[in-house]
Formats: sequence, structure tokens, C-alpha cells
Amino acid sequence: MAKVTLTVNGRTVSGECDDRMLLVHFIREKLGLTGTHVGCDTTQCGTCVIHMNGRSVKSCSLLAVQASGAEITTIEGIAAQGELHPVQAAFKEHHGLQCGFCTPGMVMTAVDMIGRHGGQLDEATVRHELEGNICRCTGYQNIVAAVLAANQQMHGATRQAAE
Amino acid sequence: MYETNYHRASSVEGAIKLRGDHEEGRYLAGGMTLIATMKQRLAAPSDLIDLRHIPDLAGISIDGGNVRLGAATPHAEVARSEELRAVCPALCNLAGMIGDPHVRHMGTIGGSIANNDPAADYPAAMLALGATIITDRRWITADEFFIGLFETALEEGEMVTAVTFEAPEKAGYAKFANPASRYALTGVFVAKSADGVRVGVTGAGANGVFRHTGMEEALESNWAPDSVAGADVDPEDMLYDMHASAAYRANLVKVMAKRAVIAAG
Ligand SMILES: Cc1cc2nc3c(=O)[nH]c(=O)nc-3n(C[C@H](O)[C@H](O)[C@H](O)COP(=O)(O)OP(=O)(O)OC[C@H]3O[C@@H](n4cnc5c(N)ncnc54)[C@H](O)[C@@H]3O)c2cc1C
Repeated sequence: MAKVTLTVNGRTVSGECDDRMLLVHFIREKLGLTGTHVGCDTTQCGTCVIHMNGRSVKSCSLLAVQASGAEITTIEGIAAQGELHPVQAAFKEHHGLQCGFCTPGMVMTAVDMIGRHGGQLDEATVRHELEGNICRCTGYQNIVAAVLAANQQMHGATRQAAE
Repeated sequence: MYETNYHRASSVEGAIKLRGDHEEGRYLAGGMTLIATMKQRLAAPSDLIDLRHIPDLAGISIDGGNVRLGAATPHAEVARSEELRAVCPALCNLAGMIGDPHVRHMGTIGGSIANNDPAADYPAAMLALGATIITDRRWITADEFFIGLFETALEEGEMVTAVTFEAPEKAGYAKFANPASRYALTGVFVAKSADGVRVGVTGAGANGVFRHTGMEEALESNWAPDSVAGADVDPEDMLYDMHASAAYRANLVKVMAKRAVIAAG
């Protein structure tokens, strides 16, 4: 058994689990945060994407003990004071989802992507960066549109604030 | 996944000791191959020795033309290193083509070369750059390191600590990615330096990554994309599977080599 301590969405949590327990199961079953999904079981689909120490990772391919000590952000942790995160709002606005199963991973991926590119995102880059996230409903078109719109909104907003 | 015991090492010596204490143990780096394999119950190490928290294994250092990449450096860090891009942009580009962003945030160069998947990208670059693989006990040239499919010169418990190479004058990488996995269906890395031209081919060879001496000679006499067109690539020496036949891969080797030379400029 391992003792795992994480900071999840700003809150420190601890729990005991088998060394072999995957982080995604720890998040879903021990912490009850079921927004992070399990899709493919083969590290391909990206529904389980969370942020660990500020970087997007697939929580189905990481042991909970491997993450011990890290800061974790899940889909439940990105909306501030009940207001949708700009990426969530853009997915709603641009209809970037249908069944919604892949959406938490898509949104977490988009937040990471937008953060890393400092505003320099174009359609080709977004598509390349979405390679690890599979959606079987939308055909990606509206997801790409949502990411680009959120990028503009977020970086436009930073520029305004800086002026 | 079968049961396992996790250990977090904080030094190379500590990790070697832990590994020595557990005959059925394995080093764990990014886990992007190992955890996936354990989930499928294709691997069942009794113990995992995590290398991601060892400061000596992390990071990129560049001294003039000499490049050193710590074994636990993630692909994403290689892809975005401005210092490395200034001396060997082809390697940054290669790292940025591995898998997807999440895989690149975890997967490491040491794990990739230790695993020596016949479709992995880094091995082609290591061969073409004439890199040296540094382990806890010796230095191994890339030519001697990569032996066959998933097979390397590493001995039981031996750890890759870094790779090092001299930046080439020019280099380029082109890969035809498997549309599902993004691994190389065929990838070719070309590098030109004062010592000559080296061509590393991954994804295609029946015995894993290899150098193509015919293309090396052709490019040495004339560094131009079309030089590789006449090279002899024998389908007998190629891998084949549901994704691509041996003949198709043999042709892809030439096409990717040509694109790699164009990319190198
Ligand atoms: C969806 C997906 C797509 C991918 N696409 C690509 C791709 O396009 N191209 C590509 O090249 N790869 C691809 N990969 C593989 C990825 O690059 C892996 O990160 C890499 O092969 C293994 O590195 P790791 O750090 O994750 O190693 P791990 O999985 O932790 O370890 C792999 C093996 O190496 C051993 N090992 C690890 N570090 C060391 C060390 N320092 N010394 C000795 N032994 C060590 C381990 O014991 C284990 O046997 C993909 C993986 C996934 C899941």
C-alpha cells in the first residue's frame, strides 16, 4: 500500500491505495471527482487528460504514487467562482461537443495548449496538438473553432489587462 | 495490472541499488511504454524504480557544438529547447512529432532508446548523429547500442544516464506517421558533418533501426534530395504488417530520405 498526497484543484488530499492504482482511478474513486473519464485503456484517447504540475498528462497511464507530491488540476478545478472557464464557454458557444464524453479531456488539453503557445495558435497547430484526443461525434471542426475562439478571447483579454 | 511495488529514487546510485535489490524490478521513466504494457499484463515487474525525480538525469546542456541530453528529459522539453534548436533543430522537430502533447510531457529520451521500439523516432537520430549513449557504467556508441527489435546492448540493471553528440552541420528528419499511433511507419534522419554523412532509418527495418550506407555514400558525393533516388533498399530487409507491406516500406525509406534532405536544407 502507498500513501498518496496530492494538491487537487488547490486542496491538499491524502489517501492510501495499492501501488498499482492508476491516477485516474484515484481521482474518480477515492476523490469522487468523476469528471475525468476513462475511455480507451491504451493511452490513446485522451478523455483522462488532467494537468500535473501545470502540464497535460494522461491520468490513465500514470500510477497515483507516481504523482504523489504533485499539483493536480482536473476539469472540476478550472471554473472560477461558478463561472465557466473561457475554454468551457467557447465549447458551449461553438458547439464543440455532442455526447460530451471526450469533452473534459478536450477542455484540459485546450487549456494546456493555449497556455503553452502564448497566443500563437493557428488551425494547423490546434489540429496537431489534438492528436492525443479522440472525439467520435463532432468531426473536430467545432472543437478546433472553440479552441481558436478561446485562445483569442484569453490572449485578447490579457493584452487588454496589460494596457 | 498485476501487483507491483513503487520506489522513488533521488539519485543514480540509489536507483542502481534499488534495482540490484529487486531481480524482477524495472526502471520507470515516463511510463508511456511501461505502464501501458503493465496495464495489458504484458509486463509484470515486481518493483518499479522511478527515475523522474533524479536531478542528475534531467535537462539539456550545450557546450559549443557538444550536446548532452539527460536520460529523463521529456520529449516536450527537447522539442521546445531554444538552445538545442540553435545547434540541431532537426532533433527538436523530431521530438515534437512523437505521439501527442501528453505523451511528450511524460515520455523520455532514455526510456525511448532503452526500449528500442522498431518504430520509435529517437533511435534513428541517435544513429545518424553518431551519438554516444552514456550509462551508469560505460559509454556505448549508437552503432553498438541498438541491436535488434526491442533489443539493446544494455546489460541487466544497466541505466542510461544521458546521450551526447556533436551537433552536425546539417540534419533533417522526415517521418511517415502511422495514422493511428503516430509512431514511425518509416522515419529517416540524415546528418552531415565534417566526418561525412550518416543516415538512420526507423520503422522499416526487419531487424529494427539501421544505417543505410548506400544512401550515405550517395549523399556524400552529392548532397541533394534526388541523390537517394537510386539507392538500393531491399524489401527482403523490411518489416511488414497490416499497415504497410515490405515493398511499400522499402519505397517509403527513399521518399522519407529525400524529404529529410530537403528538411535539412
Ligand atoms: C499514444 C502513444 C504514442 C506514442 N507515439 C510515439 C511516437 O510517435 N514515436 C516514438 O518514438 N514513441 C512514441 N511513443 C512512445 C513514447 O515515446 C515513450 O515515451 C517511450 O517509448 C518510452 O519512454 P518512457 O520514458 O515513457 O519510458 P518507460 O515507459 O518508463 O520505460 C520504457 C522501458 O525503458 C526502460 N527504461 C526507462 N528509462 C531507462 C533508463 N534511463 N535506463 C535504462 N532503462 C530505462 C524501462 O525499464 C522500460 O523497460 C508513444 C507512446 C504512446 C503511449
